[in-house]
Parts: sequence; C-alpha cells; structure tokens
Amino acid sequence: MPGKIITISSGKGGVGKTTTAANLSISLAMLGHRVTCIDADIGLRNLDVMLGLENRIVYDIVNYVEGKCRLRQALVRDKRFPELFLLPAAQTRDKNAISIEDMNRVAHEAAELSEFVVIDSPAGIEHGFRYAVTPADLVLIVTNPEVTAVRDADRVVGLLEAEGWAPAKLIINRFQHDLVRRNQMLDSTTVVDLLAIDLLGIVPEDNKILSASNQGQPVALDDRSPAGRAFRDIAGRLNGEDIPFEAIPRQTIFQRIFRSR
Amino acid sequence: MRLRDIFRRKTNSPQDIAAQRLRLVLTHDRANISPGMLEILKDEIIAVISRHLEIETDKVMVSFSEDNRETRLMADIPIYTARTPRAEARGREESRLREEPLD
Ligand SMILES: Nc1ncnc2c1ncn2[C@@H]1O[C@H](COP(=O)(O)OP(=O)(O)OP(=O)(O)O)[C@@H](O)[C@H]1O
Ligand SMILES: [Mg+2]
Repeated sequence: MPGKIITISSGKGGVGKTTTAANLSISLAMLGHRVTCIDADIGLRNLDVMLGLENRIVYDIVNYVEGKCRLRQALVRDKRFPELFLLPAAQTRDKNAISIEDMNRVAHEAAELSEFVVIDSPAGIEHGFRYAVTPADLVLIVTNPEVTAVRDADRVVGLLEAEGWAPAKLIINRFQHDLVRRNQMLDSTTVVDLLAIDLLGIVPEDNKILSASNQGQPVALDDRSPAGRAFRDIAGRLNGEDIPFEAIPRQTIFQRIFRSR
Repeated sequence: MRLRDIFRRKTNSPQDIAAQRLRLVLTHDRANISPGMLEILKDEIIAVISRHLEIETDKVMVSFSEDNRETRLMADIPIYTARTPRAEARGREESRLREEPLD
C-alpha cells in the first residue's frame, strides 16, 4: 500500500512550514515509520539545513525530473534515522522547473517507497503551492495566532475546498499561552472556529527552534523542548493515536510574581 | 489572574480587537466584497425596495452572517406600516386635524 502524502502549506510566508516539515518528518521516523520528505520550495531550499543534511546532497528534485539521476540517487538518507529520506529542492532554479504533473509523479513514486511523504510547500498560492498540494492526501495548514496569518490560511482553506483538493487540518504555531491568558493574543478556539477546520496541534513559541535550525538538529529530538513535544504529539495523532491537547500549562507561583508586566 | 486583568476584560483587550478584525476581514474575503462595496450595495437595495415599499432608510442594516464557512447576506429592512409613527405622516395628520376640527 502506498504511503500517505502530507503537504505542509500556509499561504503566508515565514509562519513555520519548513520547521513543521522537518520536525514532523523526524517525529514520524522516531515512531518507526519510513518517511520521505520533499522540499518543494525550489529556489529557496531550507529543509536540508533544518534537518542537518545539507552536506550530503548530490542530486536534487529537478535533476531527477529532468532525467539526470534515479530517484534513489537523489534521496539523501538521514544519519540519525536510516528510514528517513530527503528529496532536496534545487537551489539555483525556480518553481517553473517543475510542473504539476512532475510533482504528482514524484510524490506518488516516493509514496511507493515510504509510509509517509511530507512535502514542504513554498509560501503563496501560486504555482509552487499548487504543485505541492496536488498530490496530497492531507494538507496541514500552518498558521500563527495573528490576524494576517489566519487570513492567509483562510484563503488556502477556501482554495482547497473550491478546487476539491485534499482535506485540511490546522496547526497553530508560535502560540504563547501567557499572552493568551493575559488577553493579548488570539486564542486557539477563535482561530479554529473561524477557519472551521480540524485542529491537529498547537506548537508553542520556543527559543530552542532557532538554535535547533542553526545546528541542524530539529527540536523534536529534544526531550525538553515544548515545541518538540508538540511536534511529536502531532506525529502521534497522524499515526492514529488519541493524544489529548496539552492543557494550558499552569504558572508556578514564582512565574506569577515575577511576570508582573 | 491579576486584578488589573479582571478590570481590563471589560474594555476591548488586544485579543478581542484581533478577533473582531479577523472576523470582519474573513467575512469580506470570503464573500469577495469590500466594506465600501457593501455600503454601495446597501444603498442600491434601499433604492430598489423604496420603489415598492416605504422603508425606514436610516435603520436598514446589511451584513453577513457566517455559519461553518457558509456565508449569508442578511438585510434587515424596517418598513413603514399604517401603525408606524412617522414624522411626515404625523405632520399630515396634524394639518388635517387643524383643517377639519372635531365637532
Ligand atoms: N514555534 C516557534 N518558536 C519560535 N520560533 C519559530 C517557531 N516556529 C518557527 N520559528 C521561526 O520562524 C522562522 C520561520 O520559520 P520557517 O522557515 O519554518 O517558516 P516557513 O513558513 O517555512 O517560511 P517560508 O514561507 O519562507 O518558507 C524561523 O526563523 C524559525 O526559527
Ligand atoms: Mg519554508
């Protein structure tokens, strides 16, 4: 049975698609799955760096599509998880180097080799977005609790519905429980109600993400990172596990006293 | 929660403002109509209805309602009936009364 194709999309740029793709791929591999992630952001590749695999790239997706190598040759195997593979984007080409049919074929071929295919979509709703969502069995829409990001996510939800693409689920990234508690930030219920799609996970704002990305060691590998835990929970839910949403963490008395502003 | 927060809840918190703005933006995006166009639409609706009915123009409300991604255009148009007190009609009544005093 071919694997499940999951595309990470958002509309707005910079909300955490690549971070999510890297951590979700790692988390699914940690659960013992065979995973192939595809960097569909041609011309702006980043997934290789976030996964720490940039030094091992020989070929990329455009090389494969143009018949310069076989799929297996273009796949980069992760050192930490021998069942995790990356199909890198080309850095010196643009989105037009790949057609919707090309991506569809590549994604389905990857699905023959793996249990999960994770596609990191470029920002926007143009060609790159279209080829990334076309092969998907499920689209994960990443947003931030911010009016602009949710607005763009709504555009994506609307397009997916109008074009009859795959069902969508929501990931709210960079969530700050303390700001929500102080009525300074949109809460998750409002966002979920307005977008009217299922919530798959809430990923907290986490300083560790920055260094994790710079080290090429996604936070999902870090037991003590709250975001890492949220990504592992998301993978568990995709795996069919019934993982409750984390209750809003209680503040300790010290936090309450010292955060007096 | 601190005392200040309890009081602040009454006013519009940044969270409330964000939620209201988001709701409005999404409604207009989904219906593909700008707030300015909605005003024009409202004026046109008033003009059409007024040809057939006498309506209370300043009380007309045109808005969207959202239900699970289904958007509806709602128009609330109060019309004058025989029993609606209105300045113009009242004026006519009064002048008639003046002309034809009760016996
Ligand atoms: N939960 C988080 N906490 C803190 N920082 C985060 C979090 N998620 C993402 N970031 C930061 O946000 C920035 C953008 O993340 P990322 O590159 O994953 O976004 P993207 O949606 O893939 O962007 P693009 O649209 O350019 O492809 C990065 O600097 C990343 O470190
Ligand atoms: Mg990205």
